[in-house]
Amino acid sequence: MSPNIKYRLGKSGAFKGLVIFFSVLCTIPLMLILFYIIREGITKINWNFLTNLPKPVGETGGGILNALVGSLLIVFYAALIAIPFGIMGGIYLSENKKSLLGYWVRLSVDVLQGTPSIVVGIVIYFWIVKPLGTFSALSGSIALAVMMLPIIVRSTEETLKMLPSSLKEAGLALGLPYHKVMLRIVLPCGFSGVLSGIILAVARIAGETAPLLFTAFGNPYFTTDVTKPMQSLPLLIFNYATSPYDEWHDLAWGAAFILLSWILLLNIITKITTRRWKIQF
Amino acid sequence: MENTILKAVDFDAFFGDNQVVKKVNIDIPKNNVIAVMGPSGCGKTTFLRGINRMHELIEGATTKGKMLLNGENVYDLHPIFVRHKIGMVFQRPNPFPNLSIYDNVIAGYKLNGMKIAKPDRDVIVEQSLQKAALWNEVKDSLHKKGTFLSGGQQQRLCIARAIAMEPEILLLDEPTSALDPISTSSVEVLLHELKKNYTIIIVTHNMQQAGRVSDKTAFFYMGELIEFDKTKNMFTNPKDERTQNYITGRFS
Repeated sequence: MSPNIKYRLGKSGAFKGLVIFFSVLCTIPLMLILFYIIREGITKINWNFLTNLPKPVGETGGGILNALVGSLLIVFYAALIAIPFGIMGGIYLSENKKSLLGYWVRLSVDVLQGTPSIVVGIVIYFWIVKPLGTFSALSGSIALAVMMLPIIVRSTEETLKMLPSSLKEAGLALGLPYHKVMLRIVLPCGFSGVLSGIILAVARIAGETAPLLFTAFGNPYFTTDVTKPMQSLPLLIFNYATSPYDEWHDLAWGAAFILLSWILLLNIITKITTRRWKIQF
Repeated sequence: MENTILKAVDFDAFFGDNQVVKKVNIDIPKNNVIAVMGPSGCGKTTFLRGINRMHELIEGATTKGKMLLNGENVYDLHPIFVRHKIGMVFQRPNPFPNLSIYDNVIAGYKLNGMKIAKPDRDVIVEQSLQKAALWNEVKDSLHKKGTFLSGGQQQRLCIARAIAMEPEILLLDEPTSALDPISTSSVEVLLHELKKNYTIIIVTHNMQQAGRVSDKTAFFYMGELIEFDKTKNMFTNPKDERTQNYITGRFS
């Protein structure tokens, strides 16, 4: 082996080493976050924490039931609003790659994806909260739905685009109407991709705080009425972590731990669904 | 005289400005197997897709002229209706991967919102699979996904799915080009059986196949129908020089 080749192999080896080194570095932020949140948060979690309401300042104990239920409800309604719009938009985009409307839809969805969440919150405030005269969970759901929309549209579009066109042709050649072909054949075949897009969108917005500041607002009491202000986990963390009271800091750490577990869980579910429900061609 | 089921009158097909089928006039007799043959890009697949109005699904694709099914122009009918009457099987087997074998066969009814009682459905599924010579192989796994079948079985499943709708004509677009020789021969044997009930138009690249399965052969070249005759005559005594060149493999 000539020394020249040795030198080049050495460079290759060094490069591979660097790639591995930086890949490992990429996981460190998540590890640090997990470590910190688990260390601070896990000790705060107990049955009372999950089933009680926050106590006034000065009293120990108290829980985050209102925020837990509030977050679930707000995210649930957000998903309910965003899913039909997102899937329909995704179907349109996957079917009309070159149309003018397709171009505009794709552009606006992409811009929407890059819109700062605080801006979405303010706009919803002026459009819904102000005219109705009250903060409400529903307006928070709408703001979050707006945040979810681009993710669902694009993931649906990309999923359906990857399906072979022979699938659609098979349905149409059988004399099936277009809507049946899309809803009963094409969409079910892309189900795992569409579903993982939805779950990822949920995971993405579950921790959003900014759009909720001017919409759901927060509420120290328990409510399931979506026309009233409602507490949510990110709002609780935001309010309590910035407060000067230690008891409230504890609640915020616990809530952060719960929120992070949710998101972790949702991401794991996504991985499983994409694998389990993948349709074989 | 033979009984004509399908008649093309000055039929043209275009992709944008590009004319790929030129003034085709042809009379397709009932209960025959018609082979459509020709070099790549001669318009034979486009012609086939023009028959059941699949051609127009491609952006910018248009047709001119008439395609008469029992004297009625299919371009005056609704495509859904046309495709009930004219079934199609594609080059690659394409069973619905989300449906079971049973549901694949019955899909044409079920997804068209036609309500049929369970016993009748069972009969349709069994008869269609039997006609497609697949019943014995799948009768114990009707509720498994169709995509677990082999390529040849999948293609026969697609044929069963098409004939379940009781079409008058069955279009096959190179149905065996993705299959191995054994599956190919089982599909070919099947075509002989099927022509008792259906008129079959099959596009094929394979001249031996055209010779084996068809009663009449249409030869396309550069978008034109050059010759249409009994397969036997065509292979032994072609009238047009271009047909002769193609059959003897003398095309550059």
